Amino acid sequence: MRVALFATCVNDAVLPRAAIATVRLLERLGMEVDFPEQQSCCGQPQYNTGYRRQTEPLVRRMARAFDGYAYVVTPSGSCVAMVRDNYPRIGAKARTEGRGEEPAVAAASLTPRVLELTEFLVDVLGVTDVGAYFPHTVTYHPSCHGLRVLGLGTRPLALLRAVEGLELVELPGAEECCGFGGTFAVKNPDVSTAMGADKIAHARSTGAEVLCGADNSCLVHLDGMLRRQNRGRGDAPLRTVHLAEILASTEADPWSVA
Amino acid sequence: MSGRTYLGMPAFPVAAKASTKDERLRANLRHATRTIRDKRARAVGELDDWALLREAGKRIKDHTLRHLDTYLLQLEERVTAAGGTVHWAADAAEANRIVASLVHATGETEVVKVKSMATQEIGLNEALAAEAINAYETDLAELIVQLGDDLPSHILVPAIHRNRGEIRDIFRAQMGRWGRPAPQGLTDRPADLAEAARLHLREKFLRAKVAVSGANFMIAETGTLVVVESEGNGRMCLTLPETLISVVGIEKVLPTWQDLEVFLQLLPRSSTAERMNPYTTMWTGTTTGDGPRDFHLVLLDNGRTDTLADEIGRQVLRCIRCSACLNVCPVYERAGGHAYGSPYPGPIGAVLTPQLRGTTSEVDASLPFASSLCGACYEVCPVAIDIPEVLVHLREQVAAQPGHGAERAAMKAAAWLFDHPAALAAAERAASATRAALPRTLPLGPAKAWTDSRDLPELPAAPFRAWWKQHRTTRQEPAE
Amino acid sequence: MSSRDAVLARIRAALADAPEPEPVVRDYRTAHVRGANVPAKHVPDEYAAVVDLLAENLADYRAHVHRCAEAALPALLARLLAEHGSRSVAVPPGLPQGWLAEAGGVRQHPDEPPLTARELDGFDSVVTTCRLAVAETGTLVLDAGPGQGRRALTLVPDHHICVVHTPDQVVASLPQSLARLDPTRPLTWISGPSATSDIELDRVEGVHGPRTLDVVLLE
Repeated sequence: MRVALFATCVNDAVLPRAAIATVRLLERLGMEVDFPEQQSCCGQPQYNTGYRRQTEPLVRRMARAFDGYAYVVTPSGSCVAMVRDNYPRIGAKARTEGRGEEPAVAAASLTPRVLELTEFLVDVLGVTDVGAYFPHTVTYHPSCHGLRVLGLGTRPLALLRAVEGLELVELPGAEECCGFGGTFAVKNPDVSTAMGADKIAHARSTGAEVLCGADNSCLVHLDGMLRRQNRGRGDAPLRTVHLAEILASTEADPWSVA
Repeated sequence: MSGRTYLGMPAFPVAAKASTKDERLRANLRHATRTIRDKRARAVGELDDWALLREAGKRIKDHTLRHLDTYLLQLEERVTAAGGTVHWAADAAEANRIVASLVHATGETEVVKVKSMATQEIGLNEALAAEAINAYETDLAELIVQLGDDLPSHILVPAIHRNRGEIRDIFRAQMGRWGRPAPQGLTDRPADLAEAARLHLREKFLRAKVAVSGANFMIAETGTLVVVESEGNGRMCLTLPETLISVVGIEKVLPTWQDLEVFLQLLPRSSTAERMNPYTTMWTGTTTGDGPRDFHLVLLDNGRTDTLADEIGRQVLRCIRCSACLNVCPVYERAGGHAYGSPYPGPIGAVLTPQLRGTTSEVDASLPFASSLCGACYEVCPVAIDIPEVLVHLREQVAAQPGHGAERAAMKAAAWLFDHPAALAAAERAASATRAALPRTLPLGPAKAWTDSRDLPELPAAPFRAWWKQHRTTRQEPAE
Repeated sequence: MSSRDAVLARIRAALADAPEPEPVVRDYRTAHVRGANVPAKHVPDEYAAVVDLLAENLADYRAHVHRCAEAALPALLARLLAEHGSRSVAVPPGLPQGWLAEAGGVRQHPDEPPLTARELDGFDSVVTTCRLAVAETGTLVLDAGPGQGRRALTLVPDHHICVVHTPDQVVASLPQSLARLDPTRPLTWISGPSATSDIELDRVEGVHGPRTLDVVLLE
């Protein structure tokens, strides 16, 4: 099966490990993975900050870049939520505001084919045991867009439970937002940080070594706070790891810090 | 009494900077909102048709709003036929004038009040005070706010920012100034505090000749008004005085009596997390020998028709003021209600206030951004208001205003870069190449806001694209 | 232009291009409890679950629930008044003769002519019937009919005893209750004694309304 990877701009530029892990995982599962290089950003930062019209070229670009692929897979719930929830809105508004049909047509063609990684694994491939090995204690933060917009439900947990060597511990207050929220993190830094601090305190309370998420935008925020907090701490550092990295890890080719 | 208003409130992030560091406030809000969150989930869980009730509630409201003129006229006709008098107020000032003149006509100089968001919104108490009329709040939380010369911070529980010890102190210090003092040796037991309020207000109920209320629902078909409450202060105000003046937003109308079967299931479970609130009063005009002789209904616009004109924003008019969205909101829990600079705090306030008041003031322009868009509010809303959708829509309006030039330019530059992959790839390579030069904290703007509390991510040695080029040439093609 | 006309004009302008929203669908349940749709008169045994649920929900919100046969009612009412320490009871017009026959030591005063609010405040208790009761929410509805009196009567005294005829006056659910009520009458819905959640969002019974609510389910 041929699938296109939508790496997302954050993973491409800042956190390539999650995208690399997604490629390795999908190839291990027998997929033929493509990375259409014309892809860039879904437009979520612009859209959620109030610059919807600036996203129209990105909607068209995304549709062109992934034209012809039955499945477009991405290790980021919030980017899928942007495409699934907001691309149709962007298209409809472009139409009513007199800027033509193209964004709407682009949105309609792309939207149904874009899947979040755990959706693709569980729903399309029908697997929860992907043959991964990750001998660490892990707690899972279900990011809001994956949880509430996509309704990922138990898919990520089912995948984690099937990982050999992994001990999964429940995160208290798991469903509460981590405080990232895109430009919210810089427009309301005090509230954002207060939310992040509580999320981290909950994660630390589990005793886990790894705070896992399926959305690197949230993990950038939490990891930034963690590294600030960890500096000078004597206890074992908690770190963030993307779900794709855990699922890509095997006994033969285990995940490592570097 | 309460002279404090929301005028000149700072922008949300400025107010929140202080409130997030107020440990007592944070503890009070954490305790209260978490208590009610779990209870709401249980109360809602009892009804296996909740999703259907929610959808029905949403559709009834949408239908009503689509034909609002028709239903308001029907309501006016039925209320009038049942012995009431209907007044129309285009804005807050007009509503306040109408109420003041109705009170003056009775010759009275004091009124007792049922908790009402509409009268908070229009600043009725302050307007009446300017006309030498004392308005006494009788809801326990409103009483706490009024006695403490404070501002409400929650729709359902305006004194949610106060804990029992603070309430005891306010009662001890202030009750005597306005009537019967707090009992000697008042403790901070909630039952004792409730008893103190009972004794303090009983005198006012028994002598009151005029009451002011809002309403939760108005039924066009029958002319019936509905007030949902817990303490009995509502019943006191709605039943004992000779004159009752109800100030109600025009969006509170429902077409039919039967519609209550949906909303009386949705509201209490979402609001106080009860199967049913202790008291609900329903009245249609006036009834000889039972309740007020004179009933006045003041229908309030005050920005609602502007909201109605907004294709996306109008869904906010479905709101039944249950405050479930406040109770689940992580931003509200940490910033507190006062940071929203309006009687309507929390997620619903962040979408309602900027629509009712516009986005010209600093605080109003900041409200649509006072959310991480986590969607918990939408999930619990009993009438399915897509608050995140409206927030983003309002952000667009604010972003189009003057003063957002730099942000617009930055967003545009980013969008341009994302639409030009060659340039993007070059920028990524440049960022990776110079990554060692980045300091840990940055001095200005968004970068400072980020790095004050968080490290920047460590940029990779190479972007994903670079890895991919390498990988593509070296990988073994997977077996078919 | 009057404000009435101005507001109406603004509404019409606001809705000029608004599409007709999706039609209202009432596919929610008319009741949730087992036995709810069985006519009470025909199959009383089936309906017992509904009455039991009423009792359970009333008690859950701190009403004191009693069950008795009509013949035992005067003794029960006398006992409830005595246990509350009541020396006076306000009596609504139309309360069945004889109900208070055994409450000899309690001053009984009819609300005709109507007592003033201050006079009412001097009464310890009030005894009434109701229009109906809603099982799923534990709610009593009074509509000022015979034996119920005007609204103030059940509000000012600190102790309310309400007698419900079962199963005839018991409906299962809110939808069933509204269909049987007359909106032109003043209605009071009571679910437990007066309460508040205003202190730390924790429920406390007893503020302005009657702090003690006795409900008698008459069999």
